[in-house]
Amino acid sequence: MTKLVEISGLNIRFTGERTVYAVNDLSLSLGDGEVLGLLGESGSGKSVTLRALMRLLPKKRTQISGKVNVMGRDVLAMNDEELSSFRGQTVSMIFQEPALALDPVYTIGAQIAESVVRHEGKSYAEGRARALEMLEVVRIPSAKRRLDAYPHEMSGGMRQRAMIALALACRPKILLADEPTTALDATVQIQILLLLRELQREFGMSVIFVTHDIGVAIEICDRVAVMYAGQIVEQGTLRDIVRSPVHPYAKGLLASTIHGAKRGQRLETIPGTPPSLAEKPHNCSFAPRCSVAQPRCLEQLPANVEVGPGRAARCVLAEQVAALS
Amino acid sequence: MSELPLSATADAALQAAPATKARGYWATVGRRITRDKVSMACALVLILIFLSAILAPWLGLEDPYKGSMIRRLRHIGTVGYPLGTDELGRDMLARLIYGGRLSLVIGILPVILAFCIGTSLGLIAGYVGGKLNTAIMRTIDVFYAFPSVLLAIAISGALGAGILNSIVSLTVVFVPQITRVAESVTTGVRNMDFVEAARASGAGPFTIMRVHILGNVLGAIFVYATSLISVSMILAAGLSFLGLGTKPPEPEWGLMLNTLRTAIYVNPWVAALPGAMIFAVSICFNLLSDGLRSAMDIRN
Repeated sequence: MTKLVEISGLNIRFTGERTVYAVNDLSLSLGDGEVLGLLGESGSGKSVTLRALMRLLPKKRTQISGKVNVMGRDVLAMNDEELSSFRGQTVSMIFQEPALALDPVYTIGAQIAESVVRHEGKSYAEGRARALEMLEVVRIPSAKRRLDAYPHEMSGGMRQRAMIALALACRPKILLADEPTTALDATVQIQILLLLRELQREFGMSVIFVTHDIGVAIEICDRVAVMYAGQIVEQGTLRDIVRSPVHPYAKGLLASTIHGAKRGQRLETIPGTPPSLAEKPHNCSFAPRCSVAQPRCLEQLPANVEVGPGRAARCVLAEQVAALS
Repeated sequence: MSELPLSATADAALQAAPATKARGYWATVGRRITRDKVSMACALVLILIFLSAILAPWLGLEDPYKGSMIRRLRHIGTVGYPLGTDELGRDMLARLIYGGRLSLVIGILPVILAFCIGTSLGLIAGYVGGKLNTAIMRTIDVFYAFPSVLLAIAISGALGAGILNSIVSLTVVFVPQITRVAESVTTGVRNMDFVEAARASGAGPFTIMRVHILGNVLGAIFVYATSLISVSMILAAGLSFLGLGTKPPEPEWGLMLNTLRTAIYVNPWVAALPGAMIFAVSICFNLLSDGLRSAMDIRN
């Protein structure tokens, strides 16, 4: 499998009134036609990683180091012009809150057409034709009429469909989805997930799907990377992670879902709160909350251990697992 | 595919519902404002005043400059002089209508000019932020140190009396106010998700400013600017009143108010007429801008 996205040793630090080490030594790769889930609680650096991939973070207050390669090109070295055609054409993004991510004063058709005109140098009429085509692709009922609708005239699910149409209008190779189903209710959620999965196959895209909901990740992802405190603590195929998580945080996350929980039983939770990221982690960030922590967890940062093919975990326990297999 | 039957029924439901025709934004705003009785009445009054000012020479009015010592300060309702005469015996009706030409121009033109300049400055300051924002906004603050009337008088006085100079001075007075409003709405819009979404789809800073920011802030600034028209009219009248705007015998509402002031005990009703005109135009613009504000807020 060729790698579309290769991130290695990515560090993101926000400076300003207080410093936040948002992402620390993150390595990630995305294959062709693959759906990768970035799983983690809020503040774990999932969205920051996505935005770094598109260089959307504010320049002045962000320090990025490491390597971000997308289709063989170094994203961190791109100039404004290259970025402009890179965004939207190579990589596109859909957002959590479709009501806010669509411009309220323009019709859906106009917004899609604008993007097509900008990227492909087509006429506005051609852009509108593409917009209609895209609205049909995302299965918006009576698409022709919806072309002239404003975002506030549509329901949440329909808005998210329009958002997807906008993101896919220029046929990007990679779609970044930043919790696209969080703001939707459960029935619409599954529709959008199925649609995304279908479009991903149809267009042959790769998707990075950020979510904090394991149920959603199970529905759509091929591979999962679990994030905690700005690091990927475990990654592997969806099957491996769900069946046999190695990292105690991944275990805890899986145990704390309501899927398959017994009635009347208390849900399992992970005690404690995530660490503040005011300084660079020098030991295992999860150790204070970990039930199986050992003294050496606090001494140094555990290494990223290869547990199996395409499977790695950043935990001392992983060494034993690796030794066993 | 569990989704197919679902979306099929949703589709059917939508088809069955009476098709609401999608309209353009401004068409919707227009439809909403025509339903608002107060706004419509104000618009009607303003149109009447504008039309009469434009068509003044063809309305068969008395000469607004021709005075007569024997028919000074006639009361309202005098035969031949429906609104009486002023302190030099000139026909008040003619002078009020002719006066509207100057008064409206120096009331509205500065606001239009300030709207263009202030919106550009505020947009740049708000979107670019950082040092440029500080530079623009602190310069603007310097103008805020003076009360607007005083500033208008000072600039007008420095440039010398005259219509053009009073338009310039009023523009300078309004630019800071509009810039500040434009800057604050721009900073509000700048951090919205759809601006980031536009950046994520590859839009450059100029496209974002021109399309996404301007489209979202123009309405708010426009409404604010309409409310400034009444202030501008009053300030312009004040400048003329002080002799810094138009010069006699030119008919202009502020100037007329000034010269008729001496007659306030002799014929108070006639003396109050220019003031009544200023009041009527100001309040109509204010109410219209209020109506526009609620009509443009189509999301509610």
